[in-house]
Amino acid sequence: MVKLTIPATELVRPGHAACPGCGPALAMRLLLKGLGPRTVLSMPACCWTVIATPYPTTALGVALLDNPIESTGASISGIRAAVDALAIPDVTVVGFAGDGGTADIGLQALSGMLERRTNAIYVMYDNEAYMNTGIQRSGATPEGAWTTTTPVGGAGRGKPERKKDIMGIVLAHRPVYAATLNPSFPEDFVRKAAKAREIAGPRFLHVFAPCPPGWRYSSEETIEIGRLATDTGVFPLYEVADGHLRLTRRLSSLKPIGEYLGRQGRYAHLTPEERARLQAEVRSGWERILREDASGSPGGPFSSRSSHAATKGDTVEAA
Amino acid sequence: MTQIVMSGNSAQSYAALLARVQVIAAYPITPQTTIVEKLAEFVANGRLAAQYLQVESEHSALQSVVSASALGARTYTATSSQGLLLMHEVLHWASGLRVPVVMGVVNRAVAPPWSIGADHADTIAQRDTGWIQFYAESNQEVLDTVLEAYRIAEDPAVRLPAMVTEDAFYLSHTVEPVDVPSAETVDAFLPAREVRAILVPGVPARLGSFTGPIEYVGFRRDVARAMERVLPTLAAVEEDYARRTGRDHGGPLPTYRTEDADAVLLTMGTATTTARAVIDALREEGHRVGLAKLRVFRPFPVEAVRALAASVDRIGVLDRSFTFGPTGAAAMEVRSALYDASPRPLVSDFVAGIGGRDITPEAITRMFALLEGPEPPELTWIDLAAPEASADG
Ligand SMILES: Cc1ncc(C[n+]2csc(CCOP(=O)(O)OP(=O)(O)O)c2C)c(N)n1
Repeated sequence: MVKLTIPATELVRPGHAACPGCGPALAMRLLLKGLGPRTVLSMPACCWTVIATPYPTTALGVALLDNPIESTGASISGIRAAVDALAIPDVTVVGFAGDGGTADIGLQALSGMLERRTNAIYVMYDNEAYMNTGIQRSGATPEGAWTTTTPVGGAGRGKPERKKDIMGIVLAHRPVYAATLNPSFPEDFVRKAAKAREIAGPRFLHVFAPCPPGWRYSSEETIEIGRLATDTGVFPLYEVADGHLRLTRRLSSLKPIGEYLGRQGRYAHLTPEERARLQAEVRSGWERILREDASGSPGGPFSSRSSHAATKGDTVEAA
Repeated sequence: MTQIVMSGNSAQSYAALLARVQVIAAYPITPQTTIVEKLAEFVANGRLAAQYLQVESEHSALQSVVSASALGARTYTATSSQGLLLMHEVLHWASGLRVPVVMGVVNRAVAPPWSIGADHADTIAQRDTGWIQFYAESNQEVLDTVLEAYRIAEDPAVRLPAMVTEDAFYLSHTVEPVDVPSAETVDAFLPAREVRAILVPGVPARLGSFTGPIEYVGFRRDVARAMERVLPTLAAVEEDYARRTGRDHGGPLPTYRTEDADAVLLTMGTATTTARAVIDALREEGHRVGLAKLRVFRPFPVEAVRALAASVDRIGVLDRSFTFGPTGAAAMEVRSALYDASPRPLVSDFVAGIGGRDITPEAITRMFALLEGPEPPELTWIDLAAPEASADG
């Protein structure tokens, strides 16, 4: 029998307000299993604002501060500064924000937090659109996906532009640790969260977070869709630590992207030609990751896309 | 106590040093820069043990000190003009979260067109954000008021953020002797912030959250109530400060030669000093004129204005900004405070000194001429024309 390594402690309480099958809810649950009860979370406007339930209740077993949508990076810099100034022991400082609140309106504060080497973990949960406000496209919405602001019909073919490469942007800042996480692979997920917790310095976790109402699929399919995202190469799982990229789920071959796209109503309009184009994109992205994995460093087309080992001022948190 | 010749900006920095702030965050903007440069020096040379956050915007500057304050740290930031406007969203968060952040603001005109001159439009535009607002007349008042602001902001009866403002260049870059209280004096007046942290690591609780209308109105009312407790708290804090330092800046609306005055001019910031000299000169000529300095704009000192109005026939208001209401902002507040007064004095508004224009003794003399004249206008833009050329020019 396989022994599960996932802690039994639940820091997301029953009674939260997520939709059935909510990827972000699952992401928070696994994240806090990895990070533990001495986490201080700062969270901008996003679906989780609502999921965490209204005053005077809270669905989370940790301290939680709300912040404006664009300032999560700054908020965690402030929290860390206070924790250090007041010498509060054993605190894990975490920003938890959506893709819109991170890759679009919050990008400046994220960049600032990474550049000034805030000793904190920034988590972007990626449901690939502005979901709280009703499925509008964000910079992280993939090419071709239907949203309410990239409608299908007439000239509309879903989002015309490609998905913003948030990991590329983050890695250009040389965080001490960055990883991609997917709740469909819970052991890998919790291991990465726990590992991030033990490292000091700026850390970033990019979390895949399927959204049944936003992606137009039935709520019981979240885990399968998540698995397909990784196994088709749409969302490869890897980590970058001490300047080394390492795939954490190796695949002998990619499943065809159609298996992933075909499960979601947001892609229902795609023609075979459009699917073929997306397939080519995914393949070249996957090949790049394979090269980076083989060479041990995230080289990519940009030489800056490399992470550094702890630089001056970063120390191991557990020490 | 030592006396140091310093600028208003240095007075801000020395006050933050004496307050032993623990977290500082700032983004540069003229004319605020020398405040945060000096603080960076204090931290670098070990005089101040603070975390100094180099942030990428004013929005982030205020956010990071708000979050730090929510955990219990004493914090400081400073800005001006565009920077303050960029902070607008977070200003509301600070008061709504009830964090006692103290901020220095150098009053500067807002663009366009670009101008770095003194003007109160930046802070007046933030009057509805739930912050206490002090306007300083001198560098000494800057230093003293920042220290008092921490005491008031952190008082359990208040727990609101406070801004202490100073006029661009007239104070920010002009030096004068400032009495700097000793560290022992300040430590006794302003002990370390009682860590009554709102957010405690390890304790499941949520700060901010979201609400339905019933709770929401309660939160707004709580902030309003806290505002009502600011002026009584200021009175007690000033008394204590005076006892320890010998200096008392006279509450929210100190007056000058108003006892038998028929006409009083209400000023904010550095125009006050000039007005005082003009009043002395006019008194020599037999005019029954006086002065009231509006030192606290939020909460607006309604009772003090009413008390003043009980004995004067005419009140002139000098607004060093225009924010596109029917009159300047201070005049609107004064009028609103006096609507029920009986007898009700006449109120005349003078918009002057905006965009860094000097408020000269002549300009203030002109205000009094209008105020004492047969029909004082509701609103006069006092110095629209270019200054007259000199006699031989
Ligand atoms: C300054 C500002 N602009 C817009 C909003 C409205 N808003 C609230 S939640 C949200 C969506 C955020 O999307 P994302 O970060 O992707 O998280 P999700 O809702 O998908 O969980 C938006 C745009 C806001 N709160 N503040």
